[in-house]
Amino acid sequence: MLELQHISFVAADGDTNKEILDDVSFRVEEPFVAITGPNGSGKSTLAKIIAGILTPSEGRILLDGEDITALSVTDRARRGISYAFQQPVRFKGLTVKDLVSLAAGKRLTVSEVCSYLSEVGLCARDYIDREVNASLSGGELKRIEIATVLAREKRLTVFDEPEAGIDLWSFQSLITVFEKMHERTKGNILIISHQERILNIADRIIVIANGKVQKNGSREEVLPGLLASRACPVLAK
Amino acid sequence: MDELEKMLLMQVADLHKVPDGAYNIRKNGEADGRRSTPHIRIESRKDGKAGIDIFVSGETKGESVHIPVVITETDYKEQVYNDFYIEDGADVLIIAGCGIHNCGEATSEHSGIHTFHIGKNAKVKYVEKHYASGDGNGENVMNPTTDIRMAENSRMEMETTQIKGVDSTVRTTRGVLAAGAELVIREKIYTHGKQFAKTDFSVELDGDGAGADVVSRSVAAQSSRQEFYLRIDGNGKCHGHSECDAIIMDEANVVAIPALAANSVDAELIHEAAIGKIAGEQLLKLMTLGLTEQEAEEQIIKGFLS
Repeated sequence: MLELQHISFVAADGDTNKEILDDVSFRVEEPFVAITGPNGSGKSTLAKIIAGILTPSEGRILLDGEDITALSVTDRARRGISYAFQQPVRFKGLTVKDLVSLAAGKRLTVSEVCSYLSEVGLCARDYIDREVNASLSGGELKRIEIATVLAREKRLTVFDEPEAGIDLWSFQSLITVFEKMHERTKGNILIISHQERILNIADRIIVIANGKVQKNGSREEVLPGLLASRACPVLAK
Repeated sequence: MDELEKMLLMQVADLHKVPDGAYNIRKNGEADGRRSTPHIRIESRKDGKAGIDIFVSGETKGESVHIPVVITETDYKEQVYNDFYIEDGADVLIIAGCGIHNCGEATSEHSGIHTFHIGKNAKVKYVEKHYASGDGNGENVMNPTTDIRMAENSRMEMETTQIKGVDSTVRTTRGVLAAGAELVIREKIYTHGKQFAKTDFSVELDGDGAGADVVSRSVAAQSSRQEFYLRIDGNGKCHGHSECDAIIMDEANVVAIPALAANSVDAELIHEAAIGKIAGEQLLKLMTLGLTEQEAEEQIIKGFLS
């Protein structure tokens, strides 16, 4: 279980300081927890704080009761946090097989790598020896990014807008990936998303706006209100 | 052959034992074994210079020649001339390389001058590795020169690798290509400490349909220095592509000076160059997979140079 206690984050913006997150607290206990909210509300910052890429100005992060606030990215990864980047990173020279093997923490066989790639809808044979470089499309890179967190099989996986750039591959396949992942790891999956179909599978939905938690409740409690406010732009403001 | 010499042979030629096919092993300036085959003849030079002549007949199909050089003495310097005569239509793999282990105080130096006369329609794959080690203060210096003359519709693929160990190197490669000839060069260099590496490629695309593709990838760490010079001359309806990609670390310094000369309106020449440090987000991605920053750096470099 992941718990955020009173997390704030202040970023330097020129000469002034800008508050990105303000006293955010919540728990991730259920299999699927979604975070949603308008662009610029601080959702990606939150994901980076959980992964250890950013350090909060205030507050604590607990993973199964252990305070991990001071731990590095590497130490958190080793404790069982996986993080799928919103913008996947390109590597000149590293192949898809290299990257998925590094994610798994061991040299994988060709068939093991293939099975992870098939899960994200890539025909494995065509990709396994490809370099993770600019020759791959944004959608291909995004699926390989998801394959890397699949290969890790850890207790907490954070997806930052997994649907962005997924091109022709369907949302349904993405949802199947999450479900299979949970079956295997029995861990928690935290998904930052705007997509109604992804919010539809969430056990809990947390709405962040202007750096604060606006709503936090079960899907049944939160989703109808969200959809109503989207349908009516006046209410959404 | 002792353990040290065996280790050097492994590094430069992947040889664990006497190779199959033709070979010539040169150790501290002396022949340490040679074998010719029905298609590939190796002879000592007749002009008084050190080195060998290698004759590859047109009948050769998929055979290999190993010509490694091993130096284990300190304060030893040599200049060796090897000439390759590849007949029309031959298809051959040539594995050259130099390993120096210098544990003395003085400089050990090997300058290999390789000249390729490649016949029409012949195919050559040329693999060259340079490796040096040593626990003394003596410098290891290697200055390979490769001179390639390609007849019509021949093809040569050259892989040249120098990973650590060599203190100073000036690598000169010249190619002159007739119509339809194709030259592919892949260079990989890693320098560290106070090492210096200079690469100087020049390719003349003389005939119509000639093509060259030269790609150099390098990593310069600590306070090492690298210089990369490249010139492609397009003298007809030809295509040339060159790429220089360098990762720079610590206090290293990399200079890339590419030149393209189009001497014909039909010449198509392209150059790409990029020098930069390892991107922070690459390190972060690998760290989110559980690698330390140093492990991430090693993996990125290993991939880049593989």
